[in-house]
Amino acid sequence: MTAVGGVAGSVPATPHAESVGKPPLPKRVADFARRNEERGWRSVAWVAVILPLAALVFAITVLAVKASPVIGHNGWYFLYGRTWTYGNQGYGGGPGAEFGAWAIIWGTIASSVIAIVIALPLSIGAAFALTERMPTWISRPLGFTIEILAGIPSVVIGLWGILAFAPWLAKNVYPHIASVMPDVPVFRYFRSPTGSGEGLLSAGIVLALMIVPIITSTTRDLFTQVPPLPKEGASALGMTDWEVANKVTLPWVRSGIIGATVLGLGRALGETIAIAMIGGAALRIPSTIYLPFTTIAATILTQLDGQLANPQGVATLAELALVLAVISVAVNLVARLIVNRTGRVGAPVGGA
Amino acid sequence: MTSLLAAGPATRRRRVSTRVWRGLTYLSLILLMAPAAWLLINVVAKAWTHWQWSVLWTQLTPTGGGLRDQILGTFILMLGVFIIAGTIGVFAGIHLAEFARPRQFSGRVSGPLRTASDVLAGFPSIVLGYVGYVALVVGLGWKLSLLPALIILSIMVIPYIAKNTETSLRQVPTGYREGAEALGMSAGYGLRKVVLKSALPGIMTGLLLALAIACGETAPLIYTAGFSNTLPHSLTGSQFPYLTYMVFTGYNSPETQYHYLAYDAALILVVIVMLLLVLSRIVVSRTQRHSESSRSTGGGGLRARMRARAQKNEPLLGITGAPPR
Repeated sequence: MTAVGGVAGSVPATPHAESVGKPPLPKRVADFARRNEERGWRSVAWVAVILPLAALVFAITVLAVKASPVIGHNGWYFLYGRTWTYGNQGYGGGPGAEFGAWAIIWGTIASSVIAIVIALPLSIGAAFALTERMPTWISRPLGFTIEILAGIPSVVIGLWGILAFAPWLAKNVYPHIASVMPDVPVFRYFRSPTGSGEGLLSAGIVLALMIVPIITSTTRDLFTQVPPLPKEGASALGMTDWEVANKVTLPWVRSGIIGATVLGLGRALGETIAIAMIGGAALRIPSTIYLPFTTIAATILTQLDGQLANPQGVATLAELALVLAVISVAVNLVARLIVNRTGRVGAPVGGA
Repeated sequence: MTSLLAAGPATRRRRVSTRVWRGLTYLSLILLMAPAAWLLINVVAKAWTHWQWSVLWTQLTPTGGGLRDQILGTFILMLGVFIIAGTIGVFAGIHLAEFARPRQFSGRVSGPLRTASDVLAGFPSIVLGYVGYVALVVGLGWKLSLLPALIILSIMVIPYIAKNTETSLRQVPTGYREGAEALGMSAGYGLRKVVLKSALPGIMTGLLLALAIACGETAPLIYTAGFSNTLPHSLTGSQFPYLTYMVFTGYNSPETQYHYLAYDAALILVVIVMLLLVLSRIVVSRTQRHSESSRSTGGGGLRARMRARAQKNEPLLGITGAPPR
């Protein structure tokens, strides 16, 4: 198709443009905005979504740079050593400083494992009770209470834990557990002395209380998403409540529960204030489960203040923070792997 | 009938197992609720016995006083987080829900970003606080002050907001988007006027929950905000007051007055969190009233399910409805 004639450009592109001429400025701005609005959304959203990644990379870089002077000096001893001392010049640091963080790492893992062991069955049981066994007018307020528990600041839980809960446990619960435990390898760890309440088991129980809401609310939401047909079918085939739960509902939501558990595990590993208040801050592996211990997070919190003037101490605490960061990132990635492999929430019935 | 069924030992075992299971579910609910109730009652009771309303409007002094500036400080932190983390988090959520390629087509585009967001959500807050101390407080020379605290808190809660925004955007029915497109709206306009608008209550819920997290944090603030008795006038350079520190240090302070203040601060924090949760509840209930598919939450008994289905005109067993293929 060729031009019919005339000077190029004298023929208006569209009849519309001919009649109006150049549209007024506000309209042009509006047109431009309308044409490019999506591009604007896209670019701003892209910047925003990059930021978490950037923050993560930045945080780990800062830790690595800060810790680099002492990583070589501390060596692998840092991971398995059991002596943690800032040297013979006291708290300010100096020669003779020795940093073996095994007791701290052990405390971190042990308290989180205790928390998960307590929290997971409780959460699943409570979620079942809330969704399957109760009328809405009871389950609603109870569910709301659990949400409140999730929202209560950890420092408040710590305050109650150290002044009310842990002393009560030490007085009324631990002695009874200790008195029935036999003197055999694993159970020996549960025998006396039971201490004052500040310690590993108290911290683990309080941690469990803090992560239970996370797991329960997720699990409850997952249960309500399980389509009723398979459950009804199982009931119709004569399965008992327990069999329906065990063979239909739980397998249906397994990967979701794993995800929620890991979320809780992440919170337990990183919880700082409550452990600093209840854990007792002892830099050693406790000889019984009731005695004071410490975690990486609590150690950083309580010791950074005293080490601010000591570069070696600050760097070593950075290495400790790096270990915690690596543990929590690894836990998160492993969980994603598990969830991806076991697949998402089971096949939807009747459309998503 | 019962006696007939009870004949075999297998039946008896199954009956016992389901009884035990029921008992355990109730027991776990009780084991969960009892400490929660104890905690709430304990905080309220301890604070109430020495409660003076003047705590709300007098300044903290080395021997006692009130918590006025700490309360204001906490609200300023919440406001800052609402603005910074709210903006970034919501946009990040929009990206994850609307622009990142869906996972089933290609995990490559959204994969690392979503992973980073999830990993950051599980990142220990004290580690972020340490990074804030090293990089912002010392590195940039801001000293312990409001600005580094705001930045670190915001980084902490951005993943929560992003996740919530993403989820609520995904819950917007596809029909809304298609309708907007069919009416000739540009993609950006449709996103703003239709999709975001109907997802707004869900996004607000996420923001409120993020605020609840922000007002209760202590660990990342100690080495970024420090603490002071009075509110400073600058973003950087001078330490900043907030409530949680008062709880953390007050309870074992030598000053008796501070023990009371610790419980007062705890009570105020609990009240703030509860108000935020109630507010988010109100927002959620409004959404459910307006949304297309109001799925019933909780109460999954057969009768409740029948009722819900009757309301939605669905057959109970789903046999009829869709034509057989």
